[in-house]
Amino acid sequence: MSIRRNINLGKEEVFGGDAGLRWKNVLLLAFGQKKMFKRMTPAILHFFVYAGFIIINAEMLEIVLDGILGTHRLFSPFLGVVYPVLLGMFEILALTVLVSCVIFLIRRNVLKLKRLTTGELSGGWPKTDANLILVTEIVLMSLLLIMNACDYNLQQLHAEHYAQTGPFLISQYIAPLFSGLSESSLLAVERGAWWIHIIGILAFLNYLPYSKHLHIVLAFPNAYYVSLEPVGEMNNMKDIQNEVLYAMEPDKAPTEVPADAAMPKFGAKDVMDLSWKSLLDAYACTECGRCTASCPANITGKKLSPRKIMMDTRDRLEEVGKNIDANKEFVDDNKSLLHDYITTEELRACTSCNACVEACPVSINPLNIILELRRNLYMEESNVPQEWMQMSNNIENNMAPWKMSPSDRDAWAHS
Amino acid sequence: MTVKTMAEYMAEGTEPEVLFWVGCAGSFDQRAQRITKAFVQILNKVGIQFAILGQEEGCTGDPARRSGNEFLFQMMAYNNIQVLNGYGIKKIVTACPHCFNTLKNEYPALGGEYEVIHHATFLQQLINDGRIVMKEGGTFKGKKITYHDSCYLGRANNIYEAPRAVLEAMDVELVEMKRCRTNGLCCGAGGAQMFKEEEQGTTRVNFERTKEAVATGASIIAANCPFCTTMLMDGVKNQEKEDSVQVLDIAEMIAQSI
Ligand code: SF4
Ligand code: SF4
Repeated sequence: MSIRRNINLGKEEVFGGDAGLRWKNVLLLAFGQKKMFKRMTPAILHFFVYAGFIIINAEMLEIVLDGILGTHRLFSPFLGVVYPVLLGMFEILALTVLVSCVIFLIRRNVLKLKRLTTGELSGGWPKTDANLILVTEIVLMSLLLIMNACDYNLQQLHAEHYAQTGPFLISQYIAPLFSGLSESSLLAVERGAWWIHIIGILAFLNYLPYSKHLHIVLAFPNAYYVSLEPVGEMNNMKDIQNEVLYAMEPDKAPTEVPADAAMPKFGAKDVMDLSWKSLLDAYACTECGRCTASCPANITGKKLSPRKIMMDTRDRLEEVGKNIDANKEFVDDNKSLLHDYITTEELRACTSCNACVEACPVSINPLNIILELRRNLYMEESNVPQEWMQMSNNIENNMAPWKMSPSDRDAWAHS
Repeated sequence: MTVKTMAEYMAEGTEPEVLFWVGCAGSFDQRAQRITKAFVQILNKVGIQFAILGQEEGCTGDPARRSGNEFLFQMMAYNNIQVLNGYGIKKIVTACPHCFNTLKNEYPALGGEYEVIHHATFLQQLINDGRIVMKEGGTFKGKKITYHDSCYLGRANNIYEAPRAVLEAMDVELVEMKRCRTNGLCCGAGGAQMFKEEEQGTTRVNFERTKEAVATGASIIAANCPFCTTMLMDGVKNQEKEDSVQVLDIAEMIAQSI
């Protein structure tokens, strides 16, 4: 799949450490959605949708098998009296999913919550994507209930194939809506709902790769591969470490430099220069904006938005992927993630506070991308604000970021 | 105040219990020097044999690295590790969370492995061990105090409780801001922002944070980082609250309480 290929365009990064701890993260962060519960209302609603999605898929199994085998309610004879109870549970879930999605739509479009409607989410595809999926969920759940309602009516007419399961917990209340219909109309509605449901689910699966809803899959590997190191630690650049070492201790330098040794590139200018984990991050992003809502730079009106960093990375990666699809290999398009998508002003506003990393419910680290791009700005482009230039000079000459004499470093102890 | 350098210990042929890494702010910034001195005062009072590197200490390279200048970071790290390893240093305490983070998390990959402790944790241990005893009455007893989590001690290194335990040992009335612990809001100084003008925005990060701190009604904002201290003091000035709200490092508070 092209997503897999695209993620592998990133630089290799090995994630070692305790596998047990990694599985624990998958369990807590992805299955348990631990970080979602920092904000209670959306956490609970989201949990309904999530649980509904998983459990209703079990019902889907029966629906699909029925389709393949030409049976109806295949599981009903095996489960006996448990069957209607089970279906009743499914119906409750379907209803909670439905209601949750309606509330989600209201939060986005009526209440217009800041986090969900501003900046990079104020229009265009991201906005459509979010609404589209909510409406689809509502339609799918309604179909499920309609299907069961008609089913019950058909049972009462003793239609062929329709096993007597009795009324279903929720759909019995909408059953009267269809009770005037003839057997053939009921059959048509019931079958119609069944087909649209199936087609809807299949369409949804095909739609995933183009949507922020890919997180329902990628949240899991993302939680597994989240860094186990303290988040304050920046990735070491081995090339530069060695360069400094050889400059200070020339006897340690390798005597023979392989002729084909490529000049290392410092930091990241484009998506291919980022770690593959950052690219996985980009595909896993749900565009929820929790990162941006907690970002001190964004809160104080700076251009930086960590959510935009992730969305830009994904958009650029998709563009690079299409470029490869069309040309068999990447052909320079005179564009890059840096500058064409993310500006220096955004990058320079970051305080490296890790609030975005902490806030993200799907274990994404926007800060890594920011810092890698900053490295490129500094070391490849020498694109540095005057004050940082001065700071570097001071550190180099005075061993401190200020213009102070190094011989005064311990002056405080004598005063 | 007794302060000896590593070189002096070496000349005497003795070893200190711990190296106090002062850091650039603690060495040169006038406000942060007061924190440095307060911490030394505590160490002296408790009777801990400590050393500083003195003029052999250099910037850890944290702001260079975060601004994007990896070369300079690597150079500073190389030199510092040479000095530290040359003295056979095993244990380091520092009052700066940025130095703490770099020494603890980033130097090991470069050959510098030490036990590194931030002064919040160090002070908490001394209190737990009964080596720091507060004086009768208590300078800050019952005072309304709010605590600002620095990003590099908090989120970066998951230390939230030690500084609070230190405050509680002084019997203060701790009032938390809404954005605290993992949700704490930055003071605006990290990522080398301290050394440049902020980007264009609607307000400054330190103003936003200080507003929240002042709104708790606390008379003291307790901090654990020399950069936060500077930023918050600026914020208090901006709110014209210098007369009613103080910004103090937890070491300064302890020094005044013993
Ligand atoms: S690390 Fe940077 S991008 Fe992330 S929240 Fe902090 S300032 Fe914003
Ligand atoms: S990076 Fe995480 S917190 Fe930010 S929008 Fe994406 S999923 Fe939400």
